Amino acid sequence: MEILLSQLFNGLSGGSILLLAALGLALTFGQMGVINMAHGEFIMAGAYTAFVVQGVLGDAGLSLLVSLPTAFVVGGLLGLALEALLLRRMYHRPLDTLLVTFGVSLVLQQLARDVFGTAGVDVAAPGWLSGPVEVLGFTFPKTRLFILVIAVAAVVLLSALLAFTSLGRRIRATVQNRALAESSGISTRRTDRTTFFVGSGLAGVAGVALTLMGSISSNLGTAYIVDAFLVVVVGGIGQIKGAVIAAFVLGVAQSWIEYSTTASIAKVAVLALIVVFLQARPQGIFVVRTRSLV
Amino acid sequence: MNLKVFTGRWAVVGGFVLAAVLLLVVAPALLSSFRLGLLGKYLCYAMVAVGIGLAWGRGGMLVLGQGVFFGLGAYIMAMHLKLADAPASTGVPDFMALISSDGVPVWWEPFRSGVVTIIAVLLVPPAVAVLLGLATFRRRVRGAYFAILSQALAAAFAILLIGNPRSTGGSTGLNNFKGFFGFSLRDPANRLMLYIIAAVSLLAMVALARQLMVSRYGELLVACRDAEERVRFLGYDPAVVKTVAYAVAAVMAGVAGALFVPIVGIISPNDVGIIPSIGLLVGVAVGGRTTLLGPVLGAIAVAWAETSLSERFPSGWTYAQGLLFVLVVAFLPGGLASLRSVLRGWRERRRPPRAAEEPPVPSLSGSSR
Repeated sequence: MEILLSQLFNGLSGGSILLLAALGLALTFGQMGVINMAHGEFIMAGAYTAFVVQGVLGDAGLSLLVSLPTAFVVGGLLGLALEALLLRRMYHRPLDTLLVTFGVSLVLQQLARDVFGTAGVDVAAPGWLSGPVEVLGFTFPKTRLFILVIAVAAVVLLSALLAFTSLGRRIRATVQNRALAESSGISTRRTDRTTFFVGSGLAGVAGVALTLMGSISSNLGTAYIVDAFLVVVVGGIGQIKGAVIAAFVLGVAQSWIEYSTTASIAKVAVLALIVVFLQARPQGIFVVRTRSLV
Repeated sequence: MNLKVFTGRWAVVGGFVLAAVLLLVVAPALLSSFRLGLLGKYLCYAMVAVGIGLAWGRGGMLVLGQGVFFGLGAYIMAMHLKLADAPASTGVPDFMALISSDGVPVWWEPFRSGVVTIIAVLLVPPAVAVLLGLATFRRRVRGAYFAILSQALAAAFAILLIGNPRSTGGSTGLNNFKGFFGFSLRDPANRLMLYIIAAVSLLAMVALARQLMVSRYGELLVACRDAEERVRFLGYDPAVVKTVAYAVAAVMAGVAGALFVPIVGIISPNDVGIIPSIGLLVGVAVGGRTTLLGPVLGAIAVAWAETSLSERFPSGWTYAQGLLFVLVVAFLPGGLASLRSVLRGWRERRRPPRAAEEPPVPSLSGSSR
């Protein structure tokens, strides 16, 4: 029982990382149908931003707090550039966006290797995040708790943005019915661009959070992108709550199966479970109902 | 009308014979043993590309996990070769004996037999493809969802291989093969034989793909790509149509993998994971995904470019590969095969260049907003 619970905590922690990586994807995939493989490299860019900021500022605590918003802007600007230069002209063929963004991700990875070297770099965690903390009798590294907090904060802020602001209303309208939103006077072009900025910015934040987990290298994004996409597939399109549930369920499942077998078998088992799950709900946990056939 | 079909058919036969002469007579006469081995490797990638052209170009399924089928064929063949190379006294392959003394895992044992190995190479990859294909297509999981699942399969496969070093060689993979069904791999004559087998297999696959494309089934496959619901309304089952194409593509990738092992001499997770799996699509996209020969020529050209570029600039190839993806898929979705019609469209100036005979979009799913 105790092992089960401690694995549950591990799973929640893994789930919060998945969630941070997947949140921005759920947003852009849900609204535009764009499959952004370069999202993983935006995460990487966020992580390297934290590294650079720490190199400039020195102090670990201050630089962590500075790099969170900085990485959001860096990721967002990268996303904006990608949207304006390439994806804008490809909205009518969403599957091809996957390949184009994969090409972009290859270039960004190699760029990171050439700039920062192939060896991993480390970002020091601030003193107030070192050591474990006790939660309900279980010890838990403070860094992991901090990532959980960031993930929850990101979800709350994003939900508030979608629910209460006029931008959020425009985004929801565009997701539900693009043509009708457009004819009601919403500039879907501008909404798309803003959504891409926010979604990619969240990847940058995820990157900063990942620097607390270990050293970062150019393949940081590759490690998370597929799992993040699986979260989106299981969660369903167009709603944040689907991604939240899916991320934590997958995180906990991975951690429980991993405990009784090995990490590699757990990966395969989770994938098999996802395929089985899609038999019951082919469109994920939550579906935005439309009347279209496709 | 009849005459046109007649000449068309002779053009096909003539082109096929020409390709056979080039591959089987001219290339072995001109190339050194080393270069011929490289060409054999490119031919293996071309075989995978034929299957991708069928599944992706014709069927609209974005198959991002062909490395899995390639890897299944390759590892099955590699296991057999390792077992055949093992010293007769113990029967344990060299790398296993180094790691532990537990002997050969039970699931390796069937591959001591060459017949079982060949049957497994031909049957295991399509079996996996049918399983995943039916599970997804029957529930109408498609488009991006299917692409992501096939990609996740590649990721899981690579992780599984790395995670079990004792039975799969881990991240180093399996290498250092000495013989191939009793023929020494050191002998240039046997290496030439392997090349010939690869060339003949590729020619056979191209012929098969051509017959599938011109048949009624080929029409159905394209129909599934362009308007799956209508195919369903007409009384066909798109899931079966698509699964067949996916399974055929898997067989081609599996055979390619099985030939890759003796020709190249190594198979490792680096050849089957996510990045190599998507990498297999570059050539197909460059050549023209919807055409018969575009994927083959594209794959060979891209593989050749990779070898010659990375000989000179080690990190240059990654940039080139990334840019190829971006430029071709974003600006020339029909590949080089569509270049002429695109240019003609520009010259006419009446229509915007993109509208000029752009090949149909692979799949319309996801655009239902």
